[in-house]
Amino acid sequence: MNDASAAPGSFWAARGLASWLFTTDHKRIGLLYLWCVLGFFIVGVVLGLLIRLELIAPGPTIMGAQTYNAMFTLHGVIMIFLVVIPSIPASFGNIILPLHLGAEDVAFPRLNMFSWWLYALGAATALAALFTGDGPPDTGWTFYVPFSAVTSTNVSVAVAAVFILGFSSILTGLNFIVTIHRLRAPGLTWTRLSLFAWALYATAWIQLLATPILGITGLLIIAERVLDMGVFDPARGGDPILYQHLFWIYSHPAVYIMVLPAMGVISDIIPVFARKAIFGYKTIAFSSLAIAFAGSLVWAHHMFVSGMSDTAVMVFSLLTFVVAIPSAVKVFNWVSTLYKGSIHMEPPLVFALGFIFLFTMGGITGLVLGAAGTDMHTHDTYFVVGHFHYVIFGGTGMGLFAAMHYWLPKVHGRMYNKRVATWAALILIVGMNGLYFPMYVMGLAGMPRRYYDYLPQYTAMHEASTVGSWVVAAGLALMFANLWRGLRSGPRVGPNPWGAATLEWTLPSPPPAHNFPAEPVVDRGPYDFRGVRADD
Amino acid sequence: MTHDTTRENARHGPSYGTLTAIWCGLLVLTVVTVGVAGVDLGFWNVVVAMAVATAKAALVVLVFMHLKYENWVFKGFVLMTFAILAIFIGFTFFDTAYR
Amino acid sequence: MTDTHKDYEGAKLGMWLFLFTEILLFGGLFVLFAVYMARHHEAFHMASRHLDVRMGAANTVVLITSSWLAALAVAALKRGQDARARGLTLGTIALAGVFLVIKYFEWSAKFRHGLYPGSEHLAAGPPGEAVYFAMYYAMTGLHGLHVTVGMGVLGFAWWLMRTGRCTRADFVFLENGALYWHLVDLIWIYLFPLFYLVG
Repeated sequence: MNDASAAPGSFWAARGLASWLFTTDHKRIGLLYLWCVLGFFIVGVVLGLLIRLELIAPGPTIMGAQTYNAMFTLHGVIMIFLVVIPSIPASFGNIILPLHLGAEDVAFPRLNMFSWWLYALGAATALAALFTGDGPPDTGWTFYVPFSAVTSTNVSVAVAAVFILGFSSILTGLNFIVTIHRLRAPGLTWTRLSLFAWALYATAWIQLLATPILGITGLLIIAERVLDMGVFDPARGGDPILYQHLFWIYSHPAVYIMVLPAMGVISDIIPVFARKAIFGYKTIAFSSLAIAFAGSLVWAHHMFVSGMSDTAVMVFSLLTFVVAIPSAVKVFNWVSTLYKGSIHMEPPLVFALGFIFLFTMGGITGLVLGAAGTDMHTHDTYFVVGHFHYVIFGGTGMGLFAAMHYWLPKVHGRMYNKRVATWAALILIVGMNGLYFPMYVMGLAGMPRRYYDYLPQYTAMHEASTVGSWVVAAGLALMFANLWRGLRSGPRVGPNPWGAATLEWTLPSPPPAHNFPAEPVVDRGPYDFRGVRADD
Repeated sequence: MTHDTTRENARHGPSYGTLTAIWCGLLVLTVVTVGVAGVDLGFWNVVVAMAVATAKAALVVLVFMHLKYENWVFKGFVLMTFAILAIFIGFTFFDTAYR
Repeated sequence: MTDTHKDYEGAKLGMWLFLFTEILLFGGLFVLFAVYMARHHEAFHMASRHLDVRMGAANTVVLITSSWLAALAVAALKRGQDARARGLTLGTIALAGVFLVIKYFEWSAKFRHGLYPGSEHLAAGPPGEAVYFAMYYAMTGLHGLHVTVGMGVLGFAWWLMRTGRCTRADFVFLENGALYWHLVDLIWIYLFPLFYLVG
């Protein structure tokens, strides 16, 4: 792993597999999550590259149609439930939140360990779905009935995996809410909380209140398949559209589980590298809660062409535009923070700027999909695929990479090569535009998503997109190699390489096993840089 | 309720007497709801049954579950949870009621 | 674990948050039930006639009483009356068992009359009736599962009291177990009128 354990008393000091698998140290649990998330991320990326390669030309290229269906289902299930949902909150949330609060650990350390074990069990179940039963699921990650109730592929096991992973996510959220309420250090009032902690707080409420709906929806699919319940069967008085309601009651708020923590990371990074207090602290904190709440009211905008009532189309379309307001508040506040700041163009900031650009590209096209009229045209086309990937890969993905470049030197006590990191960020930003922008174009031209084959007029755009996927792969490879090398054998860093003002930077890098030697007393805000100096 | 019993309740939770009174109230409400269901009020049957159930739920949550003696954070969270559930049910009817 | 201080408020807050997730887990089913009841009002009315109101009412009384015993058990432990607290906890568990037995007789009677998902009897009837029974089994089944889990949780609380690890000074496990049990009661308070009375 790494030799940072050389530092005596650091949380790396204990050795042996058991000291990791049965740890209750939030930093170690966070790292366990991070390694798993990155491992599955690489699997998901490989699946994505194979899908893009298949689509480089019309007709069969490297795989058959059924394999292709299984591929995009697996890509979705792995990326959503094993990577993106736990990505930032479970990894950096665990590592950083107690440090930001001046606490020794989260509120329920053993429950935290249990969450990770549930995650591991869920991941194992998801893998079991591939290799058991009559073939991997081919429903797409949305598991829509009636197809999911009748397909002969291994849907039940995959849905059981989703249920277990959801349970893990709920327990993490529960832990964070109690931690933030109960374990803030003396003087750390709600308005001195870091914006990352605020974002995690809002996220935790969504995890807590929306995920159970996914749980029951999954149980109902299993009941349909195993017990022949008929809850969604129109011949027996059921309504398949209600499945879509239940699914999106969770899965729309879930995109805020995915993106809010990334927004929290960006809100923490930007003031540090602009050497300037964040612009509009309270509006950013409040907008996280507003996004969490408003995001729970808009689920049916995924269903404009499902056969739902026109009244519902109008109501949900209107509400969708309301969510854009708090998101835009954040973007404007970040840009205003940079304005006339003393900007240090370090790698975390480059990733953060990449986030702002890519997230905005995705956010604005979200309005095209939120407006019922334009959605009729773009629904279930590559426009949706492009939008989603700009928001989640360009947003959450870049947010995770920004967090890695910002906090991993603290965790490992070593620095990566900053020039290479900056190049990797730029390659990723270019690559993602190459990969996803053609999807907007061909989506507008009518290319449906999830299709194995396509008409020849879409060939050029598909080729461009596939080439973009190679650029992204190169950027990822460069970034991971640089991090790997730097964090193993890069130059050692002191407590505060970036000159940041939150509490984790008062500790040595890597931090001691029990965090703060004495309970800190907080008398300043998280972005008050007076008297704070970077090392060197 | 006098000041002494209020403070007593805050520390020990409600007294045996209070809990037993609530139990009797719940039994009475159960009899009421079964009785009313025998009378045909049309649509109002649903309203009455849900109103009685909510009254019973309120007794359980406030006294058995001690919510009455908790601080505003707990009370606010409980209200928010039920509000969110009401939104999930209510907003679904924007679709199903107008289809 | 390193925490020597136990955070009573935190533990209780954690339990309440968990109860919220349970409310929303059932909430998904309540969404479905609300829509189906509005859509198939007549069929629901007819189908509910197949249920035995006396059994449902008996179970309501059983569950309310068990909830009362659980609340008394917490009150007793807080006052240092350990033996009484243990007895009341056992009483709660016993009544939970009674509830499951009555439920078993109800379910098996329905099965004998051919009222189960996928049965020929329901396939011949109106669609609303079939979905009524699908919801009936889904909701009472999930509730029954929670009753079983609640028995386990309260049994564990009893064992902790018995071995002196849940006491007047540190009673939060029993209090949280009782909170869980009250939630099980709370859900039944809605299920009973919805299935047996409203229809």
